[in-house]
Amino acid sequence: MAEQYINDPMQEVFIFETSQQLEQMEQSVIKTEALGRYPSDTINEIFRIMHTIKSSAAMMLINNMSVLAHTTEDMFYFIREEKPQYIDVSTLSDLVFEGIDFMKQELEKIKNGAEADGNPEILIEKIKAHLVLLKENNNLTDSKVVNNEPVKEKYYISSNKTAKISVPKTYQVMLRFVENCGMENIRAFTVVHNLKEITENFKCIPEDVINDPDCVEIIKRDGFVLEIKTPESRDKLEAFFHTMAFIEEIEITELNEFQEIREEISNLVSDEAIIVPQLKKMAAEQPPTKETPISNGGYGQSMISVSVEKLDKLMNLVGEMVISEAMVTQNPDLKGLVLDNFNKSARQLRKITNELQDMVMSIRMVPLGPTFFKMNRIVRDISKKLGKDITLNIMGEETEVDKNIIEQIGDPLMHIVRNSADHGIEVAETRISQGKPRAGTITLEAKNAGGEVLIIIRDDGKGLSREGILKKAFENGLVGEEAATMTDTEVFNLIFLPGFSTKEAVTEFSGRGVGMDVVAKNIESVGGTILVESVEGRGTTITLKIPLTLAIIEGMNIRVGETCYTLPIMAIKESFIPKAQAVFRDTDDNEMIMIRGQCYPILRLKDRYKVKKGATQIDEGILIMLEGENKTTCLFADELLGEQQVVVKTLPKYIQRMKKIEGLAGCTLLGDGNISLILDVNGLVDQKRLNN
Amino acid sequence: MAEVYDEFDDLEMAEDDETEEGKYLTFNLDTEAYGLEITYVTEIIGIQKITEVPELPEYVKGIMSLRGQIIPVVDVRLRFGKPARSYDERTCVIVVEIADITVGLIVDGVTEVVAIPAEEIVPHPDLDESDSRQFVKGIGKVGTSVKLILDCHKLLTDDEGENPDREIGY
Repeated sequence: MAEQYINDPMQEVFIFETSQQLEQMEQSVIKTEALGRYPSDTINEIFRIMHTIKSSAAMMLINNMSVLAHTTEDMFYFIREEKPQYIDVSTLSDLVFEGIDFMKQELEKIKNGAEADGNPEILIEKIKAHLVLLKENNNLTDSKVVNNEPVKEKYYISSNKTAKISVPKTYQVMLRFVENCGMENIRAFTVVHNLKEITENFKCIPEDVINDPDCVEIIKRDGFVLEIKTPESRDKLEAFFHTMAFIEEIEITELNEFQEIREEISNLVSDEAIIVPQLKKMAAEQPPTKETPISNGGYGQSMISVSVEKLDKLMNLVGEMVISEAMVTQNPDLKGLVLDNFNKSARQLRKITNELQDMVMSIRMVPLGPTFFKMNRIVRDISKKLGKDITLNIMGEETEVDKNIIEQIGDPLMHIVRNSADHGIEVAETRISQGKPRAGTITLEAKNAGGEVLIIIRDDGKGLSREGILKKAFENGLVGEEAATMTDTEVFNLIFLPGFSTKEAVTEFSGRGVGMDVVAKNIESVGGTILVESVEGRGTTITLKIPLTLAIIEGMNIRVGETCYTLPIMAIKESFIPKAQAVFRDTDDNEMIMIRGQCYPILRLKDRYKVKKGATQIDEGILIMLEGENKTTCLFADELLGEQQVVVKTLPKYIQRMKKIEGLAGCTLLGDGNISLILDVNGLVDQKRLNN
Repeated sequence: MAEVYDEFDDLEMAEDDETEEGKYLTFNLDTEAYGLEITYVTEIIGIQKITEVPELPEYVKGIMSLRGQIIPVVDVRLRFGKPARSYDERTCVIVVEIADITVGLIVDGVTEVVAIPAEEIVPHPDLDESDSRQFVKGIGKVGTSVKLILDCHKLLTDDEGENPDREIGY
């Protein structure tokens, strides 16, 4: 066993599976808490997960986790078997959460190469004490407790099937593991290990799964065969094997020495008829939150998990391929040649490369769901701690966003939700006195809007106080005399300034005044924006506008002098060739143009970026109307080159470190191998205002 | 131009087999010969199309594409405060990489790779603080000629100090 402990891939699988299961369990418990009772499928689920973790942790020699899981399992075993009338859901959930947190912590330690050395004793004692309390509170002699199953039995039987206590029968069980699940021998060992709890009377083929190096191959080829002598029913055995991970196929045959082989065959056939619907049922039970179903029973092979690094590399390669494709098909050597067949093949190639590019992009898109569901726990913890009644509504969790972006917005989102729960929602008494419903509501919503994703965090709490913010900002020297004339939006945006906090007292959850500016920075770093709306006494709505992906944009290439620039198509309202007489200047020499009765400033990219060549006469070039966040501006360029999907690359580090160039979002490689600079419309438009 | 590439490829290939310790890539700038530690050099390419990037100091000529990777290009002449010179077929870009930062250095021409033992390198006399000397960390003797040994780290990282002045001038 010691060898396996240092075996890395195995440890990885263990960490991965266990954290997935803990995550799943956390979600279920949060749901039950809202229900106020523990439905039987949740109890079964917790029981099953704890059981799996217990065995796998024991296998990995992580005793503290194993013991804790065992204690928890015991408690849920009691709950499941005895169906106690009275359960203190809140305390029970607290205990389960404590357990989950403990295990997560240990997993983190293991991941970082440290020993899992946390001491679960106190927690275990608590759980045990709770179990005793449960037993006391629910008088077990209560005749209402219906128990069809003998207490000794550890495995779940669906209630409509009563266990038959009968003479021991011999079954032959053939298990097939999920193809390519890896470590078949260890899986088999787990089965054997667990089987020992229901019966000692069994044989397995191959016999020595741990030390026999060939057995992985044998199991892969022939399956893992068990001969079990047990009084349990066949259904029960099957249910037992279903609790194991990675089993794809179960064939149970009743062995009767006097039976003829023919009958066995017919048995086999009828068995299969049973297996299929059961597997389907299992699949249906699986919660949709699971992203990577490697850890699931026998139906997960349609997905694999890949490191993001590899995907990034793949995307870069595809990007380069698109460029080389253009270099080949538009090669200057081919100019003037009539190449019908070549062109046909080239078109085909282009079609495939485009599809390939789209596909690679879509691989990186993941739903926001898991990130959103994490908020459940935060809201729960806060509401419990502060004695507030808070409901969290989640909508649009299926909205997909680039993986990199999801990583970036997790923390900001948590901050905002915390703020809402901690500062926004009032305590129940205050709410009732204000005629609001007792329970506060926080709504987390995601939706697609064009090339962007909107994430809206709405609460019906006390809202932001204009006076409060201004007073605080004034004290901190963030605003001066202009405060009185500021719009509400401008005032609310003050909360994103560094060092601003309206909350006097620092609480455990939020309020150190470093929060919101970090939030703003994180969101900006992925090219997003934040909007705050609030009505005092009614609530606050914070909207995060996040680009769908960092990696690719629909762009319009324009030329100024010899340099090519790319504008995001989303920002372009229209483009037109201006007449010289429509353009005029004010006394500060600001150039502007009148279009349909509206006046727009003109921004000449040539002057702005001091480009050496390029058109200077207004009627020699083209004006492109750009809609920024707060302002619309007309950009003057030499000509439009065309529309193109471009892969966004950041500017080299060397340049980034040197200076942040306002108005440049990055660069991209064009089909002809040239580089185009991607313009950041908001940066450009705002900078113009600052300069003025 | 293709021949130039091949020549350089051969040059590099030959060096791969041997130890890189004490080896310097020498190049010309104006009338002086400079040496750059070979460990930092990834490759040498001919001058390519450079895309200008606005608002940067004059010596940063812009960015160029190196097989899909976008790298900044610095004109070493301008960096050292020498007069600009138009690029020709002898002009080379030396691609150097230090601490994850890749930069292309435009030089007048690459000459050779020489081994300069440590005892043949004398420290810089530290005469003045003028702009162009701060990157020279020593002077190496190769036969009768001298090579100014560049401090590659400084060349790539020591921008912050003078950056603001440059910007105003720009």
